[in-house]
This record gives sequence, structure tokens and C-alpha cells, in this order.
Amino acid sequence: MANAEAHHDHAHGHDDHHHGPDKGIMRWIKTTNHKDLGTLYLIFAFSMFFVGGLMSLVIRAELWEPGLQFVDPEFFNQMTTMHALVMIFGGVMPAFTGLANWMVPMMVGASDMALPRVNNWGFWILPFAFTLLLSTLFMDGGAPAGGWTMYPPLVLQTGEGFPFLIFAIHLMGISSITGAINVVVTVLNLRAPGMTLLKMPLFCWTWLITAYLLIATMPVLAGAVTMLLTDKYFGTSFFTASGGGDPVMFQHIFWFFGHPEVYILILPAFGVVSTIIPAFARKPLFGYDSMVYATASIAFLSFIVWAHHMFTVGMPLAGELFFMFSTMLIAVPTGVKVFNWIATMWRGSMTFETPMLFAIAFVFLFSIGGFSGLMLAIAPVDFQYHDTYFVVAHFHYVLVPGAVFSIIAAVYYWIPKWTGVMYSEFWGKVHFWLSAIAVNVTFFPQHFSGLAGMQRRVPDYAVQFVDFNQVSTIGAFVFFIAQFIFIGNMIRCMAKKGEKATQQVWEGARGLEWTVPSPAPYHTFEDPPKVNDEILGFPSHGKAH
Amino acid sequence: MAIKSFGGPIAAAGATWAAGIGQALAYTGERYNLPLGVTEISREVHGLHMLIFWVCVAIAVVVFGAMFYSVFAHRRSVHPKPADFHESTTVEIIWTTIPFIILIAMAIPAAGTLIKMEDTRNADLTIKVTGYQWKWHYDYIGKDVAFFSTLSAESNRARQLGSGIDVTTVPNYLVDVDKPLVLPVGQKIRFLVTANDVIHAWWVPELAVKKDAIPGYINEIWTRIDEPGTYRGVCAELCGRDHGFMPIVVQALPEDEYNAWLAEQKGSEVAAAPAATASDAAVDAAPATAAAAAAEQSPAPSAGAPAADEPTAVAAADTETPSAADGGGDDSGEAMAAGEKIYSANCAACHQAGGTGIPPNFPSLVGSAVTTGASEELLSQIIKGKNMMPPFGHLSDQDIAAVATFVRKSWGNDASAVKPADVAAQR
Repeated sequence: MANAEAHHDHAHGHDDHHHGPDKGIMRWIKTTNHKDLGTLYLIFAFSMFFVGGLMSLVIRAELWEPGLQFVDPEFFNQMTTMHALVMIFGGVMPAFTGLANWMVPMMVGASDMALPRVNNWGFWILPFAFTLLLSTLFMDGGAPAGGWTMYPPLVLQTGEGFPFLIFAIHLMGISSITGAINVVVTVLNLRAPGMTLLKMPLFCWTWLITAYLLIATMPVLAGAVTMLLTDKYFGTSFFTASGGGDPVMFQHIFWFFGHPEVYILILPAFGVVSTIIPAFARKPLFGYDSMVYATASIAFLSFIVWAHHMFTVGMPLAGELFFMFSTMLIAVPTGVKVFNWIATMWRGSMTFETPMLFAIAFVFLFSIGGFSGLMLAIAPVDFQYHDTYFVVAHFHYVLVPGAVFSIIAAVYYWIPKWTGVMYSEFWGKVHFWLSAIAVNVTFFPQHFSGLAGMQRRVPDYAVQFVDFNQVSTIGAFVFFIAQFIFIGNMIRCMAKKGEKATQQVWEGARGLEWTVPSPAPYHTFEDPPKVNDEILGFPSHGKAH
Repeated sequence: MAIKSFGGPIAAAGATWAAGIGQALAYTGERYNLPLGVTEISREVHGLHMLIFWVCVAIAVVVFGAMFYSVFAHRRSVHPKPADFHESTTVEIIWTTIPFIILIAMAIPAAGTLIKMEDTRNADLTIKVTGYQWKWHYDYIGKDVAFFSTLSAESNRARQLGSGIDVTTVPNYLVDVDKPLVLPVGQKIRFLVTANDVIHAWWVPELAVKKDAIPGYINEIWTRIDEPGTYRGVCAELCGRDHGFMPIVVQALPEDEYNAWLAEQKGSEVAAAPAATASDAAVDAAPATAAAAAAEQSPAPSAGAPAADEPTAVAAADTETPSAADGGGDDSGEAMAAGEKIYSANCAACHQAGGTGIPPNFPSLVGSAVTTGASEELLSQIIKGKNMMPPFGHLSDQDIAAVATFVRKSWGNDASAVKPADVAAQR
């Protein structure tokens, strides 16, 4: 049907041999085009970043000084819970799916994603899921306040919003799985002739592995929350001790999903950074094969480390030792990746446009999150760190200057290809420096307040923590405001105001996406492109594959 | 070209930043680091923490040093022609192996400390710690001493939204309790940690003890405190609205002072607990020194011991020291004052100091049918709990009568007083 209607718009397309989209709102509702859906995903993700960001400002405002100034503790807990759910499931995950939608078909030389209608469905589930989730804020008993980890029995005390939470999570899971299946099928079946798996751009590799993690773990989460639902409404006792159930079992099931989820949020970021650094170092990615193997090793290890999130629940000694050792092992492949990025930069010929600045900040600041992660892996010391602001600092370092910076870098890197217009380099750099400084001002002090004994998820604190909390709050407000520069810069591109982008855009960029015009036509690669090492960014004098 | 000038600032920012961390560490010293603590284990944990920290710093200096050197030296303006090397199996093997060796070197001492921390055998004293929303209950197993420990009244007043109290004027704001956990120094103390409603976590940083308190589970952890002093901790696991308001205060006393304290606790218990069983009474009557001797002889508990301890715990909770003495049943000023005290310790966290509650989870008591109607329903809800409200059956008849009378006659409510006999009839 889409095809039939597209024929009417024949004349409106930029290229006369391609079909244009429908007009108006129906274009977006009915679209099965990977570029349109990528745009929708990204716009959705950025609106969720905004909502989640506002929630974090409520949190930071309340923590400006000890005592309760603005919100009730119950509402504060709703904010921390919703902030996490919105940022993880509404922000980072859809943003990466959006990038995959835009870039994976263009990178592998496919005309579209393999399952375009499923793709449409996967996206349009999300607005409904988040309408359900956010509507709980206005219900009796308020939004869920038991933390995004939803530990029973506490989460079972949620008011009327509880079934909405569970159903929203089911919907997010379905959406993620459809996106993941689409990436797997596209990458495995629609690569251009001659593009072997080990010649594939690294962003496709990391997304392929991420997709398998999603397919493996989302059903586990769905099972866990369904058991919560039946415990609350149908008299089961999966997690209720008084009925013979086991509250700790939920934590095991949740983190069996939750730890791979952590890598779902970061592996695509690795792919982005592995694309951007070679482009601006003007040098091929160092150790391509080892990057692929390291990514696969991280993904495998992510399934056997989950209980390091629960060292204090009282596991047997053997369990604690196993999870401590397996967790420490993750440092090895992660280290390999960081070393490879630096070796890629080494003796390159670097320039520092905005995407590169964000990519370098990623390597630097993500590694700091990695170091605190290594510290957290040491079980006897984790007993001290666990559930303190040290943990908050750790995961915000890997998620904000980690995952979020990589998303920002990717958007700066590819938006000239998407819109055909260069963003403002000046404002891009202002955005970078404000963000990079503010993110450290926000999260670095939290290491100290955590070590000094401030626990997580509290609206109020003992007076000795006041100075570092105030620094943190200032940083959070600056960071939030700085993002409007980014939004403005992107809107300027979408409004086609600015310098026109060339087809190549970046001198050192390699890959099939740079062989099509800027902006990329609505349909690309209807005939499979020819690939060679030069186009794909491998040294043309040969790599023995 | 503007782009070129940005390599320098990145390198400079990196250097400034690294210097900044060093300075921050030197400046903040102990105050913003993990406390050294007062037990052998806490010092070992602190040592491990510093070791892994410096290992990370060393790796960071090398790795980030290389990166910022490259950013500075290999920018296009000074290094226009990129090299084209792109792989080396040798260096990949090197930078896989070296981290692996560092990790093994870290894992060995970490495993050693972990094994020590999990060895709860041969304890001199066992204390059952139970988490409630939002307070702690301590039960000195076999000593017939048990009590609740809640946020101090002063902190509790100051922490209310819009209290108008400057919290910096409150001593030990949010880390002070009405009745601290008193422990002897030098003894191996085993904690049996559990919870009544949702999951909590019992954490005292100076002891390097943190264990989740989980309903249906009894977790074990131990400590041996070296120095007398007051050590403050908090609930570390999100447990609902007042998660941030259930602190822990440990008061470590020299053994003789601890024994005196214990004897004093038992003294008040004997006077106030006519319902104690025969065996309890026998222990109560024994001189304090005998009780202390019994503490030292306490046998090493087997794995099954926690379950066996359960009945003791229940019995001890039942004989809880009533703070309202014998004022229940009338509505004299004294009785109302006693009721108010119990109310602020047990009820005000949810139902608020003014009885207005936080609907819908915590209903208002002002003018409510349950509060001001026939006393049976009110007493039944206090004793058995309802929905989110935990049962308060562990309070004595006198205490429940006093608090019921208090809520029925406060904030404009005007219902009849409740007698302890009514409470007994309702049990």
C-alpha cells in the first residue's frame, strides 16, 4: 500500500527515480522508511531525555541543601524511579535504535531495514508505553517509587499506577525486541555483496551483538514483572516470603536481565566511537578484529556477572567469589577497546571537530566510570560502596559521558548526511565544553559524598554532605541548559539553514554512507553497491581476510 | 583555522583535571574518603580500597597520558601525514595479559578479606537486627533485651517538609536515634539481619558492615569493635518513603560499662514485664555478672541456630519496655503525653505529626471514621496492621491504649478513651 501511494508523490522526490513519502502527519504514522523511523526514534528519545532531565532537576533541587524544601519524600522517590526508567528505556535505548535505523542499512548497503512494517510497529508502541508510564504520576498513590529495579516487596506497595508500570515495561520490551530482530535480520541478510562479516563497520557489529543481548534478556524482564503483577493481583507468592516465595529470586532474575542491559546501553556507543575516532584521526581503526572479539567477550561475560549488583543480599561465599572474579574479568576486553582507540589516535593526523571532541571525552570519561566499576567489583570493598553515591557517580559516568555523549557525537557526525546541512561548528564546540565541564562538576563530587557515607535515593542528608551536593546541583543545571544549544543546532540543520554539506562531509570518514549524496535520498542502495577496502576504511594494500 | 587550536585546550584541560583530583584528595582527606573504621576488617577493607584506587590511578596516568600526548602531538597542524599501521597481534597480547596479571594480583587479597568477613563462627554475642518501615529493632539474643531504635524526635521535627527549622542547628541531624544500639568492644558480635516488611540494609561504615535485611531471610554478618565510641550509619536499601530517615547509631562501650548497661536494661524489663515466662524471669533475676558470664559462654551457633532463636525473639519483643508506664485508659494530661510520645515514635512518620497523613497511602486520622468510631476497628488495625501499615502488636496493651486514646482525642477528634483491657480483648 505504501508503495502504491508513494507513486502519487513521484514528482515531489528529490531524485526523480526515487519515490517520495506521503505528506503531512500520515507520512510519519504510516512510514516504513528506515530514515523516517530513525528520525522519529531520535526525536522521541530527545523528548524523553528532556522529561527525564526535568525529573533529575527536581532531584538536584531538593538535594541543594539538607532538610526538605520542595517535595515530599514519596514524590522524591517517584522522581528517582521515573528518571531512571525514562532515561534508560525512553532515552538511551530508543536513541540507539534510531541511530541503527538511520545508519545500519546505509552502512551495509541495504535499501531499508529487512522488516519495515515491524519497524513501524516497534516505534509506534513507544509513545503509548510512555504515555502509560508517565500517566502514573497523576494517579492515586502516584508513580512507582520503589526504584527502577522494582524490588519486591517494596514495589508491591505502589498504588494504582502499578499495573500501568508493568504494562508499560511489557510494551517497551516488545518495542526493543522488534528493533533488535530487525537489526539482526538486516545485518545478516542484507549486506552488500563482498561485505563479509569481518569487513562490516564496527557500529553494525556492536549493534548486532546488542540485538542478541536484547532478544535474550527482554523476555526475562517481561517474565519477572509479570510475576510481580500476579503477586500483587492474583494471589501468587513468587516473591512474597510469607507465602513461601523468595524476594531475592526477583533480584537474580532482574539482574540477569539488568546486567546485559547495561551493555545494551553501551555497546552501540563503542560502535559509534570506533567509527568517529578513525575518521578524525585519518587512520584506520587499530585492531578491528580484536574490537569485534572484545565486544563479543563483553557480551558473553555480561551473562555471568549479574549478582555483583547484589553482593550484600547474603549470597554464599562461593557465589560472592565467583561473581567477583567474573566481574573483574570484564576489565580485560574493555581495556582492549580503550587501548585500541588510543592506538588508533596514535600517530594519526587529528582534527577536533565536535564529534571527535565528544568521542575523545567518551574515551576519557567512560574509562573513569570503568575504573570505579573495577573498584566496585572488589566484593569486600563493594560492601562499603554499595547503594551509596559512589555507585551513582559510577553509573552516571558510564551512562552520561559514556552512552549519552556517544549519541550526541553520532548525531553531530551524521546529521550533515541526514539533512544535507552542516551544523554550526562554533556552537557545537560551545556545547561540548559546557557539557564536558558540567558533567564532571555534576558527577565527580558524588564519588566523594558516597565514600563519605551518603546513601542513594534519599531526599535529605546529614549536614556534612552539603558542599559536594551543591556543586553537583550547579553542574546538573548547567548541563541541562547546555543541551538547548545542541537542540538549537540540530533544529537549524533540520530547517536547512547553514552551510551545505558535501557528499563526503568529513575528509577522513569511510563507509558506504559517504558514497551517497547529502542529504541521503529517501531511498538508498536499491541496487546493491560495490564495496572495497578503500570505501570501508580498511587499508587498501590488504588485510588477509 | 579555529579547529586546530582545540588540541591544546584538550590536553591542558586533561592536565588541570588530573591535578584537580590530586588536590581534591589531599584537601578533603579523610572526610571525603572511605573511613578507616574501628575494626580489623574495616581497616583491611580500607586498605583494599586504597590499593585498587592507586592501581586505577597508575593505569589512568599511563593510558590517559598516552591519549593526551597523542591528542597534543598527533594533531594535524604538527603531524600532517597520518601513519597507517592498524594492527599488531603482539601488542594486543601484551595489553590483554598485563591487565589480567594486575587483576589476579588484586583478586588474591580481596578474596582473603572476603573469606574473613563471611566467617561468622564463634561469636561472643548475637544480636538480631530487624528492619521495619522505618525503624530498626534490636534483640540481644538470650539476654532478654530488645528495643526499637527510631530517628531522634529533634531530627524528625526538623526534617518535615516546611518545618521552618534550620537543620544545621539540630545536633547530628538525621544520624541520631532515640535509643542507640549498645555494643561491647573487643567481643565478636554476630548480627542476624532480617526485615519485617520490605528490604532494608543495615550499614555502619566505621564497622565496614553492610547487609541487606530481607523479609524471610536471616543474613549473618559480624564485627569486633576495637575502640569505644559512637558510630553512625544508615539504611542503605531503598525501603519506601522514609528510607532516608531510619539511621543507625552504635554506641561501643568498654565491657564493664556495657555489662552495667545491660543489667540496667534488664532491671527495667523485670519491673515492666509481668507477662515474662518462667525461664525469662529466672534469667532476669540472675545477677548482672552471671548474665555477662553467660554472654561469654554463648555457644557457637550452628547453621540452624537462627531459626531456633526465633521464638526467643518473639518473646522478647512481647516484653518490650513500655514507655507509657501505667497511664493508659484515661485521658489525663499525663496519659495524653505518653500517647503522644508513642505516636511520634511509631506513627508520625506516615500519619504525620498533625495526624493529616499523606493520602491515599497514609490516610488522615483527623475526623476519620476508623479513628473516632467504635474502638474495636482502630485497635484491630493497630495490632494487626492493614495494607501498608505494619502491625504494632509488639507494643504493650498500655502503650496501644495510650496511643489510641491520643489519636481519638487530638486534632479536634473527640472520641472515648481506650483502656488496656480493651486492647487485651482485641488481641
